[in-house]
Amino acid sequence: MTAVTWARANLFRDRRDAITTVVAGAVVGWVVFRLLRFAIVTGRWDVVRDNLSLFLVGRYPVDDQWRVVVALVAIAGVAGLVAGQIAGRRRRAAEAAGERLEHPGPAARIVEVVARDWPILGLVLLLLLLARTASPWLVALATIGAALLGRLVGALVPPAIGRAVFVLPVVLPIVLLPFLTGPLGWDSWGGLMLTLLLASISMIACFPLGMLLALGRRSSFPALRAVSVGVVEFFRGVPLVVLVLMSDVALGFFFPRDLLPGKVVRVMVAFTIFTAAYVAEIIRGGLQSVPRGQTEAAQAIGLSPVRVTGFIVLPQALRNVIPALVGQFISLFKDTTLVFIIGFLEVLTVADAVTKQPGYRGQGLITETLVFAALLFWVGSYTLSRESQRLERRLGVGHR
Amino acid sequence: MLAAVAALALWLAGNVRANARATNIPLSYDYLDQPAGFPIAGSSFRQTQSTWDAIVVGLGNTVRVSLAGIVLATIIGTFVGIGRLSANWLVSKAAQVYVELFRNIPLLVIIVFTYLAVFLRLPRVEDATTIDGLLVMSVRGVAVPWLRTDGRGLTVLALLVAAAVVAYAVARWRHGVADRTGQPAYAGVAATGAAVVVFAVGLVALGGPLDLTAPRLDDRRIAGGITMGIEYAALLSALVVYTASHIAEIVRGSIQAVPKGQTEAATALALSPGQRMRRVILPQALRVATPALGNQYLNLTKNSSLAVAISYFELTKITQVAIASRAPAVPSYGLLLLIYLVLSLVISAFTNAVNRRMALVER
Repeated sequence: MTAVTWARANLFRDRRDAITTVVAGAVVGWVVFRLLRFAIVTGRWDVVRDNLSLFLVGRYPVDDQWRVVVALVAIAGVAGLVAGQIAGRRRRAAEAAGERLEHPGPAARIVEVVARDWPILGLVLLLLLLARTASPWLVALATIGAALLGRLVGALVPPAIGRAVFVLPVVLPIVLLPFLTGPLGWDSWGGLMLTLLLASISMIACFPLGMLLALGRRSSFPALRAVSVGVVEFFRGVPLVVLVLMSDVALGFFFPRDLLPGKVVRVMVAFTIFTAAYVAEIIRGGLQSVPRGQTEAAQAIGLSPVRVTGFIVLPQALRNVIPALVGQFISLFKDTTLVFIIGFLEVLTVADAVTKQPGYRGQGLITETLVFAALLFWVGSYTLSRESQRLERRLGVGHR
Repeated sequence: MLAAVAALALWLAGNVRANARATNIPLSYDYLDQPAGFPIAGSSFRQTQSTWDAIVVGLGNTVRVSLAGIVLATIIGTFVGIGRLSANWLVSKAAQVYVELFRNIPLLVIIVFTYLAVFLRLPRVEDATTIDGLLVMSVRGVAVPWLRTDGRGLTVLALLVAAAVVAYAVARWRHGVADRTGQPAYAGVAATGAAVVVFAVGLVALGGPLDLTAPRLDDRRIAGGITMGIEYAALLSALVVYTASHIAEIVRGSIQAVPKGQTEAATALALSPGQRMRRVILPQALRVATPALGNQYLNLTKNSSLAVAISYFELTKITQVAIASRAPAVPSYGLLLLIYLVLSLVISAFTNAVNRRMALVER
């Protein structure tokens, strides 16, 4: 199809369509022109360059930043291991079934990865270009190298020991967290790292709580049901902002003086309980989607109620709601910006604060810093939602 | 299990009481009747009025921004959602970029952006940007044309209600005629016309026409029209832009949920594309969309509390200021949570009622 026939079919079908195209084209063209001019000509991006490490890791001490590098490499390596193990299993299963998997060449693989993950690749490239020293390039190389190495090794590990590979993602945060916190405590976290920490820990912590609430809401015990319904509906009915403010000011009243946790932990409690209420509703939806025949069949073969839930109902329910859970995680990731309100050194706070440094040449460049902050969040959130859609397709949810 | 929950609740309550005694902060709600001791920007509230009055002002501001936000976000979201399904490549791509862009940026970032990078950057009032008779924009506020009611606001409101009732009656009558005769009955035109006639006649009968006043600059002041504070304008535009991107996805999903046969049948009946959308597709899509839309309205109302970041004095900001000035934290936040719960209940009750009316009656 030539460009002309394409344009005729998609832009100029009839007179009305042509008018729409011209008007919309003028508006879109103007907006794109203004944005490009800002990005390339008028924007003064030095303010982002000067404060790049503040945006990424806050006031994490320079002497300890090697810990962040080690953590990045470890995460990449484990992710590679898991991916390799999964790919290896799939290949073996295909071979056992006598099928042959299509092997796209390396060039095709690269094109596929770029087409899929261009936002995050672009962001990493942008960050590297903004950096003033060579060390970020080395970090990026080490991270990518670790991921590739993990992928290769993971594919070679035989399934018998391979099961251990899947334990790693669970063990890793438990090891990394004290390592990253190091001698400095939670309060040394800042920037994008703080955002990721808050979102990940709250998500992990809210999951068991949400599951209990979901099961409680379906319990046959009325009092337990009432408590679960009450907790879920209460926390879904109030704004997260208020809970975050309360964690700062009012939560202290609910604990004995000497037991009061620090600021970061308190706000994590707020995020966890709030998200748990939503996760409970998601899991409840999943539980409802499991046909009743499954429960009845499990009971008929004599499983105890705990086993019916644990081995039959929950696994099917959770598989159905993985995409929704990822969606909730994305919301949480975006909502962590709320700690701006109580003055944590979070990405948004950095964006605001660096333009207010007295005597600094970047004063008042709030547009630039906010656009950069928005870009960080956009890339994270967009990538996650794209991956979740891919996962949804792969799991075949909704296509049965 | 229950015992554990009860024990936890008792333990927390005990801690609150012990801490209150230790810090000498009362747990009662007496503070509501005492003078607030802080002013509220952009309202006639005085420091000597009670804290309760301040909270009422805050509730009014929350409702004001939420209602305007719901209406605007629904309109923009619907257009963008329909735009995404347009056969025109440019329109559908532009709508898609809009949705993917704003859905994936935290609302707070958008709010801070519209406030610090847009509205706070407006020119000072003496060299405000003006579009004659339509718009005056300065850092002091954004003004648009508005009705001048001269203290007859209630009468005008009553007239509006009367006009709406008449419009509804006329529309029903014309629809009835259309159903009986099969002739085009122009229900929308007739209803609008009747409403305008009733409103105009009522105004003349009750004392003179109603003026539309345009904003203008008058000696370093904005005169005429209605002036929005820049905090309100920033919060409203951010809420609308963000929520519209979510509503657009709901609209798109619900339109796609209408079976294709409906479109084909409407085309076979020789309805124009506009009629097809208005008469056949949208009414059915609306049925699918109602619960999700209600959820977005609820979110928008709760999200208006993000105004604490830019000092728009709605409920949460007022509570925060009250606590900073004198009010005890635990009862204040308790009351705040209660008010939001009631607001949530009202919105979801409303959505459920609409949903019940619209749901398909199946045998």
